[in-house]
Amino acid sequence: MAAVLESLLREEVSVAAAVRWIARSAQSSEDDPGEAAALSPLRPLRKEFVPFLLNFLREQSSRVLPQGPPTPAKAPGSSAALPGRPGGPPRGSRGARSQLFPPTQLPSPAAEVPSARRGGRRRGPGPARERGGRGPAGLEEGAGGEGLPWAASRRPRGSGSPGSPSLARSDPPNLSNLEEFPPVGSVPLGPAGRTKPSRRINPTPVSEERSLSKPKTCFTSPPINCVPSSQPSVLDTSPWGHGLPPGCRSLQEEREMLRKERSKQLQQSPTPACPTPESGSPLPSRIGNLTAEPADPAGVSSHRRLELVALIYSSCLAENLVPNLFLELFFILQLLTARRMVAVKDSDLEPSPGALDSLESPLFQSVHDCVFFAVQVLEHQFQVLSCLDKGTLKLLAENERLLCFSPALQGRLQAAYESSVAKVSLAMPPSAQAVSFQPETDNRANFSSDRAFHTFKKQRDVFYEVLREWEDHHEQPGWDFEKGLGSRIRAMMGQLSAACSHSHFVRLFQKQLLQMCQSPGGAGGPVLGEAPDVLSMLGADKLGRLRRLQERLVAPQSSGGPCPPPTFPGCQGFFRDFILSASSFQFNQHLMDSLSLKIRELNGLALPQPEPSDEDGESDVDWQGERRQFAVVLLSLRLLAKFLGFVAFLPYRGPEPPPTRELQDSILALRSQVPPALDVLALLQQGLRARRAVLTVPWLVEFLSLADHIVPMLDYYRSVFTLLLHLHRSLVLSKEGEGEMCFLNKLLLLAVLGWLFQIPTVPEDLFFLEEGQLEAFEVDTVASEHGLDGMPVVDQHLLYTCCPYIGELRKLLASWVSGSSARSGGFVRKITPTTTTSLGAQPPRTTQGLQAQLAQAFFHNQPPSLRRTVEFVAERIGSNCVKHIKATLVADLVRQAESLLQEQLVMQGQEGGDPAQLLESLCSQLCPHGAQALTQGREFCQKKSPGAVRALLPEETPAAVLSSAEHIAVGLATEKACAWLSANITALIRREVKAAVSRLLRAQGPEPAARGERRGCSRACEHHAPLPSHLISEIKDVLSLAAGPRDPEEGVSPEHLEQLLGQLGQMLQCRQFLCPPAEQHLAKCSVELASLLGPPAQHQLDRGQARRLLHMLLSLWKDNFQVPVPLQLLLSPRNVGLLADTRPREWDLLLFLLRELVEKGLMGQTEIEACLGSLREAQWPGDFSEELATLFNLFLAEPHVPEPQLRACELVQPNRGTVLAQS
Amino acid sequence: MILTKAQYDEIAQCLVSVPPTRQSLRKLKQRFPSQSQATLLSIFSQEYQKHIKRTHAKHHTSEAIESYYQRYLNGVGKNGAAPVLLELANEVDYAPSLMARIILERFLQEHEETPPSKSVINSMLRDPSQIPDGVLANQVYQSPSLICLQCVVNDCCYGPLVDCIKHAIGHEHEVLLRDLLLEKNLSFLDEDQLRAKGYDKTPDFILQVPVAVEGHIIHWIESKASFGDECSHHAYLHDQFWSYWNRFGPGLVIYWYGFIQELDCNRDRGILLKACFPTDIVTLCHGVA
Repeated sequence: MAAVLESLLREEVSVAAAVRWIARSAQSSEDDPGEAAALSPLRPLRKEFVPFLLNFLREQSSRVLPQGPPTPAKAPGSSAALPGRPGGPPRGSRGARSQLFPPTQLPSPAAEVPSARRGGRRRGPGPARERGGRGPAGLEEGAGGEGLPWAASRRPRGSGSPGSPSLARSDPPNLSNLEEFPPVGSVPLGPAGRTKPSRRINPTPVSEERSLSKPKTCFTSPPINCVPSSQPSVLDTSPWGHGLPPGCRSLQEEREMLRKERSKQLQQSPTPACPTPESGSPLPSRIGNLTAEPADPAGVSSHRRLELVALIYSSCLAENLVPNLFLELFFILQLLTARRMVAVKDSDLEPSPGALDSLESPLFQSVHDCVFFAVQVLEHQFQVLSCLDKGTLKLLAENERLLCFSPALQGRLQAAYESSVAKVSLAMPPSAQAVSFQPETDNRANFSSDRAFHTFKKQRDVFYEVLREWEDHHEQPGWDFEKGLGSRIRAMMGQLSAACSHSHFVRLFQKQLLQMCQSPGGAGGPVLGEAPDVLSMLGADKLGRLRRLQERLVAPQSSGGPCPPPTFPGCQGFFRDFILSASSFQFNQHLMDSLSLKIRELNGLALPQPEPSDEDGESDVDWQGERRQFAVVLLSLRLLAKFLGFVAFLPYRGPEPPPTRELQDSILALRSQVPPALDVLALLQQGLRARRAVLTVPWLVEFLSLADHIVPMLDYYRSVFTLLLHLHRSLVLSKEGEGEMCFLNKLLLLAVLGWLFQIPTVPEDLFFLEEGQLEAFEVDTVASEHGLDGMPVVDQHLLYTCCPYIGELRKLLASWVSGSSARSGGFVRKITPTTTTSLGAQPPRTTQGLQAQLAQAFFHNQPPSLRRTVEFVAERIGSNCVKHIKATLVADLVRQAESLLQEQLVMQGQEGGDPAQLLESLCSQLCPHGAQALTQGREFCQKKSPGAVRALLPEETPAAVLSSAEHIAVGLATEKACAWLSANITALIRREVKAAVSRLLRAQGPEPAARGERRGCSRACEHHAPLPSHLISEIKDVLSLAAGPRDPEEGVSPEHLEQLLGQLGQMLQCRQFLCPPAEQHLAKCSVELASLLGPPAQHQLDRGQARRLLHMLLSLWKDNFQVPVPLQLLLSPRNVGLLADTRPREWDLLLFLLRELVEKGLMGQTEIEACLGSLREAQWPGDFSEELATLFNLFLAEPHVPEPQLRACELVQPNRGTVLAQS
Repeated sequence: MILTKAQYDEIAQCLVSVPPTRQSLRKLKQRFPSQSQATLLSIFSQEYQKHIKRTHAKHHTSEAIESYYQRYLNGVGKNGAAPVLLELANEVDYAPSLMARIILERFLQEHEETPPSKSVINSMLRDPSQIPDGVLANQVYQSPSLICLQCVVNDCCYGPLVDCIKHAIGHEHEVLLRDLLLEKNLSFLDEDQLRAKGYDKTPDFILQVPVAVEGHIIHWIESKASFGDECSHHAYLHDQFWSYWNRFGPGLVIYWYGFIQELDCNRDRGILLKACFPTDIVTLCHGVA
């Protein structure tokens, strides 16, 4: 490989030819024969060139830049042993560090193994362990707590690099190892096993603090929950040298002095063409260790060599030969912002003029070289750069080095910055809104039993209770999801017995997930305590800055570098932990089903098509909305797919890939039989064919990012990856034109795919292995010329939302600014998510018959909005029609059913008969009327659709088009409504009638009076009558006085009683506030009152007063009460007994009462006779029985007592004698 | 009528071991003249119920029941018109209505073959004249039915009449609220309509178009004709208010008889408390200028 590079450097081979050579396996006719000859012997190594180049660059930079790690010697010639099978070689070799892409099957040096194990091979615990093992360190919401296994470094195999120079190994203390040298005030990390460094390439941290770093954290991310090494500013509040072992400090100081000396010399040199960043720095003491060495174009050691390497490197980038474009950009920006170079120890590294063209001398010999190289590459990448956000552009345009090395590029960047459209986020603060209850899907009719319905009711409440508790507590240190909520969640899941309940719960879960997490910004936003972007705040007033930095030191930065592992930020963490804690097989299965269905639905959603004819602002308005809709769908899909991946691969996720080949083979054999949770291969193929990759691929990447180690080895998923690799290669950014994907669409796909290729579970050799088969990649896109891919559906906002790690570029630049000068700069507006709009379901399409074909043809030449409008109207009117029929026809039938039932009940007496039979007979009578529904439905659609279409289409729509549109809308609406009605009307009528019957039968029971509308005071009534509750309360007091005991001063005056009864009358007339139970109680109390009025010993009432009160009561009973008054209580043994308890007994009031009752028709003669009859059966004192018998006879003897006789009764002093005498 | 926790505690302090009679209530009113009678009664009732819940068990041991029943029998035998059960209830610090229930249950066990069902007991307490007295007429004051009636009408915290009054008060305030909503032209669905549609949890009113009260969006209104103390409010939150939030979003609770100020702490989370119908209502404006 080095030979290739060398021949390039010697210009024996042109860069173009080399790139062609790399990119294509076959020789092309364009190739110069001489070049071809030079390259052809190297053919077998072709695919190893890119990994070699990348490794080479990393190595070079590491060697020149002090931060670089000493590179262990590479085993020569190992490239021949190509990995035949992915995953075949023992994975232990991955532990080797400092090499970007280590050679295959390189046995790690024994000394390396422990550290590799510790830093790299420690995988996140599996789900089961995670629950129990999540510690107080609060890993979960950070970047790394999702329990995914992450290895340490990312190194595709296959780079033999026999000729690469072996470099001296040194082993200084590693300052960037934050485990050993934690920053001031940082939270102590958990046990070593908890740290889960990503194994991705983490760009060289270019700061002095790293100068003594050892391999462990270079090129591999620092432990995820530590402050990322790429942000030197984080450390800058700590005093210099803090935490250094004593022995190292002096060396460090020495170097520092040396550097200062050099820097001074450089500044005094006659070529200060560019402003030095640190000039005028107000904080010399702090800046001292951060000052960057000035870079000067004049200091570049070998222009030509650097140019050539930059060119070949850029060409590889342009051809998508590198796995991750943005990672390379990050690397380049690191070179651009390299602060200073470490004093080179060995004199033999000094450039020797003769060796310049070869690889013998270091490529980067100074900061000048680095910057020169970086600027060269950036010039080639301008197109990508210009798509970055405004903040990044500003930082780039203001970068002094860039200005110094390429004023032209700076000018273009400045222009790009100025023309960049500022994105104003319209985001609403995310809040935990509940999923609303929808009767159509959530009421009793949707459940198999009352029990299931009520269980689900409780579950909904428990779910939100758990959610609220999580919101309150999850940020508290020491709070643990499983400990806090686990048992409650499992208890709740335990109640979900019926499958139907599971589906209800899953629907709730999924809706809530979408509602809370769709807004991407880490799916949470400020409410959920997302860490603010500190670097973007730098440059503000120093105090605030210092304070925030201090905060940072205790709360690790949330970002995980340019290639963060998949995480579940913010609210997503709740849903993930819920799934883990629930650990319910049924729930997971239902959830997967539901997620798959929703993904299919959204993935297949007909998304906006462009309106080619419209070019004015009007279509722009449409376009905004459509773009937003695309973004909503895309983000929803990504979220759903992520969770689908999480659940689907949950059972297989383990900390390590299988240890032996045999074991792996048997696992593969097993797994290959399991059908995929969702046929992603087919969906991907469809997506590519329909040119909808821009929608399908981003969610597919989310899905695959949560796969376990075995997945990429399965044939099925291997095909998926192969397709993705093909796609990745085909997304050449520079190609533009007809049929090409839009630039930002491509960029989005490159970013997400690049990210995916860095996921540890994706075999590292995958990317470089597959290239041999690339030629076959031809997607048949004939079917759809207007796929989404060709439309500008992705904007910068969406790009950053989907790939927040692109923002790392900005952070890197900002840290340069904040470190190099204190002037305000690097302010970057934080990208916040847009709000979401609700998704309409895809309108159903009916494609039957010639009419339908004609309709399709009609739409073909009309703007797409017309079709959408018509379909929308049809869908809504059809649905409204069904609702209308329910509210009119069905409601009428239910009313009929009720009156029929009433009749039947009257006929058959209170018992009514068997409810099931009743229902059957009612339904058989009523269901035939359902046939009217179709006619009425047709009328409804006919009447309503045209108006709606007219209102929604532009005024200028030609009359013929309008009328056709109306016509089609009517037809579609009718079709929809009638299809539903004819299938369901009978069942609907049955259901409604059944509900009405059971309602009626229930009401029939204890409180027949509760039925019907009874609030009937006149319109003029102002409802000033006393409240029922007040009257019950008053009467209760009277009763309590009457029943005793009472204090001597207490008593009931007749006036008070009269007033009370008067109020009762008023209230019974008004009825505004009266409810049936209250009226029933009042009726009963009034009877009790009457019976307690009787015994004169109780009150200070004279007979006339008593009689007047009785009259009032009688008229209330007769005229005002609308509930049955339990008058028979008057003749209960107890009340008659009260009478008997007085001496002399007074019968006339009772007799008066009985006669009045009969006269007013309140009680029938026979009813009273029956009561009196049963009274006589009770045990009474002998004389009382006699008197009772006499009364009875007296009452019987005078069935229709005329008024005068009553008077006579009143006039005579009633005593036992007279009563008896009268008998 | 919004009380601070301290004010509330002061009132509650006065209610320790006070029997639930009309006399007690009268004294309470004299002690706190600035508070409305309804608020005081509501607090009294709630405090008394808490007290009863705490002591309920000790009155239902078989020994206790037996001893109460014996005292009842002795009392009935001895003194003609003395309120036997009332005195017993006051003496052992238990609610008269509940004491009547204990005795009635024991009485029926002795006089009927089968032990009485709960619904039979309830129905007899609602309508004591159904009680099979089996006592001679000249001892009517010792008849269980009259004794039960006496207990029920003399208990201002428990019993069917008290339940009915509470229910009536609740209903009256719902009607009041409905009228206020109509007056303000706020369209709503009431509980019955919601139930008919099959809602599993039904606040008193769901607004068809949400409004803002004091800057907080509300979708539903629940009327509570009682005082909102900690205990009842937490129970309501758990059983009702959060459930409404879970289905319909944020809403408003009106405690017509006031509440403890400190409980109104979930405004930002979507539960707003008021002691009256709000005046500061902002509605959605239709049509743009």
